[in-house]
Amino acid sequence: MFTPDGNPRPHYKALLERIEDMDREEFDERRAAVDNSFLRQGITFTVYSDDRGTERIFPFDLLPRIIPDKEWRHLEAGLTQRITALNLFLHDIYHDQRILKEGIIPADYILGAKHFRPEFMHFNVPKDIYIHVCGSDLIRDKDGTYYVLEDNGRCPSGVSYLLENRQALKRIFPAAFEKIGVRPVDDYCEELRNVLTYVAAPPERGNRPTVVLLTPGVYNSAYFEHSFLARQMGIEIVEGRDLVVKDKKVYMRTTKGLQKVDSIYRRIDDDFLDPQVFRKDSVLGVPGLVDAYRAGNVSLANSIGTGAADDKAIYYFVPKMIKFYLDQEPILPNVPTYLGANSSDLKYMLENTENMVIKAANESGGYGMIVGSKATKEEIEDFRDKVKADPRNYIGQPIVSLSRHPSYTDGHFEGRHIDLRPYILYGEKITIVPGGLTRVALRKGSLVVNSSQGGGSKDTWVLYGDA
Amino acid sequence: MLSRVADSLYWMSRYIERAENIARILDVNLQLLLDLPTLDPKRRNALWEPVLRATGDAFEFYQQYEVATPEHVMEYLILNEKNSNSIQHCINAARENARHVRETISVEMWEELNRVYLDLKHVTMDDIERQTPSEFFKFIKDGSHLFQGITDATMMHGEGWEFIQTGKFLERADKTTRMLDANEEVLLPHEKKGKVREPLMLNAILRSCSAETGYRRTYPGYVESDKVVDFLVLNEFFPRSVRFCVYSLDDSLHRISGAKDEHFTNQAEKLSGRLISEIIYSTVDDILGRGIHDYIDELQMKLNSIGSAMATTYMAYSEEAAASPAADAKPAEAKSASAPATTTLPASNQSQATAAKAVVA
Repeated sequence: MFTPDGNPRPHYKALLERIEDMDREEFDERRAAVDNSFLRQGITFTVYSDDRGTERIFPFDLLPRIIPDKEWRHLEAGLTQRITALNLFLHDIYHDQRILKEGIIPADYILGAKHFRPEFMHFNVPKDIYIHVCGSDLIRDKDGTYYVLEDNGRCPSGVSYLLENRQALKRIFPAAFEKIGVRPVDDYCEELRNVLTYVAAPPERGNRPTVVLLTPGVYNSAYFEHSFLARQMGIEIVEGRDLVVKDKKVYMRTTKGLQKVDSIYRRIDDDFLDPQVFRKDSVLGVPGLVDAYRAGNVSLANSIGTGAADDKAIYYFVPKMIKFYLDQEPILPNVPTYLGANSSDLKYMLENTENMVIKAANESGGYGMIVGSKATKEEIEDFRDKVKADPRNYIGQPIVSLSRHPSYTDGHFEGRHIDLRPYILYGEKITIVPGGLTRVALRKGSLVVNSSQGGGSKDTWVLYGDA
Repeated sequence: MLSRVADSLYWMSRYIERAENIARILDVNLQLLLDLPTLDPKRRNALWEPVLRATGDAFEFYQQYEVATPEHVMEYLILNEKNSNSIQHCINAARENARHVRETISVEMWEELNRVYLDLKHVTMDDIERQTPSEFFKFIKDGSHLFQGITDATMMHGEGWEFIQTGKFLERADKTTRMLDANEEVLLPHEKKGKVREPLMLNAILRSCSAETGYRRTYPGYVESDKVVDFLVLNEFFPRSVRFCVYSLDDSLHRISGAKDEHFTNQAEKLSGRLISEIIYSTVDDILGRGIHDYIDELQMKLNSIGSAMATTYMAYSEEAAASPAADAKPAEAKSASAPATTTLPASNQSQATAAKAVVA
């Protein structure tokens, strides 16, 4: 937001002028009004560790992050390149496995990966799209370079907060919006619906495709988002028990009998989708769903088995994939990464744990990771033991000094670490909603931005111009 | 419309209406006691008996409390956690059902219901005493009225809205019948007629059903028990009379299925149509002749069987459930020595019953 000498960067000027017009009281009032309206609208997430299933609002910081047009174009190009490569990679590993045969990625990295689904070898997914919705986490270094921190190619969440944050800020800084020229984000849900319709299985006799959102239910931490997206898209939100499979076709139980479903935006992990194929104890899924999917009678977004591409160990190979499939240099670099499975890397990780972030390959949401510089000696020792026991499951990264952004905490502005999760949609074409969810580590000094770990969010403004 | 969604809309609506009715009944009874300052404690407590019966909770209440003191009854019906029909529980259940169908109801409906829920969440009996109970009851009643008004004004008047109407009118009819049954003693023509208390009690019954104004415009002059019965069961225009509620219910059922008037295409329509005919061709003398209690008891069972038939027709999740009536809301009769017979409230809700399973996520 500010240059090193303390002057506001040009694209922040207009906003700062607006904020300077407000006195502290006015600012506090607006902030409280936003919190209140979030709570009232039920824009909340559920905290699992709390046995009462408490709903909390996702803390929201009023100060937006601003991205000038030029910077955004760069991100857009990089993310488009990345999702294209990831889709080619998934097609490849579920068909000819060229990338393994040519030794670019050692075969056991894929074949032994938890989220690789050998059951789907040689299966052709509708329109050859695997990852329809991708949320890639980006961070920025001190020098302003953007790095990809991880790709979320299974069920990335958070887009509803992006959309609601925008609604909130429009009410708070209406004048600033007009003056600064912020690109709207409103058409995300329309685009998502287009993607889901594009890949839909053929509907019954001349009907339009029936698209639904499959949720684990109201107790899922992201339930608000599921119902929000269903409402915005004007589609039904269904739970596993609302669906039934007959003759390899999926139907939903309605008051007028069974109605065929052609496209499912599923917000349930592979493991829980179909108790006949995956976890037998899943009560969230739909028995027979996978059969129907295989028969081509229903489509799933994202496809089954995409987890093989967002594994944190596979992440290491994404730049190589880009080179291999597209013959291009990656536009957005990875954060330097050490692989537990690689013995020299493992040695480095164990010797330098204090200065690294070490993550379990298959965990998400800030679980199963350690930030060396913030951990106690015992925590580090414990974690080292875990890594030694199952090195394949861990990666290490240097502690990147995440860029900081002024955030309003306890009555004044202070720098807090942030990241950025843009949302990429892959249908007939690739679209990226201008902006993304900027997550902020609200605890002073903290580097963890996940909502389950004390993170909050900001609105993200992509400008029409550069200032 | 998804069967589960229909089920949630129906129960959301029932629970709101139930909370409102409980609030009104309690409010009226408190007011009534103010008019009877000379009553000894024992007889004062006795006046809370009909309240418990009207809300259908007498049996459960006496599992927890020995005596129906005003404090106990108020606590039990407002905030008690073990009482699945306390106001707080009703609001929680309504909101939980709404949460399941947020994409179907309007944003305004959700926000209003969530507002009531949030405001009620941390309320204690002390808070209620401090702000005065009548203010508290007004808050609940206003919340329900506002919610119903917002529903009318902002939600598509399609199938989902009709399911909301069926829930509202079934619950309302049920509560009106319970008010009559619980006050049978006052309503029966007997020798003690003309006692000072009687008009007071009759007025309280009317107020508990929001019927005072309507009644006075229909029957000017002294309040008489047979007219009260006539008004609350048979009146054509009063929106809480049994006749009005069953008519509205039947209308909604027909709009849901698309069946023509006076035809039926499923069990629920058949039962509601039949009940309408019975009510139209009844007079207050028939009711009093049969005895209020017997008449009401039968009426309640008929209302409950309409609800069960609706569940079977529209809300059953699986063919198994549709085939076996055992899966329906089972309104069994709970008769016990201490509490005169009243049918228990139908309160099974599939969203709630299956909620525990979903936590696995």
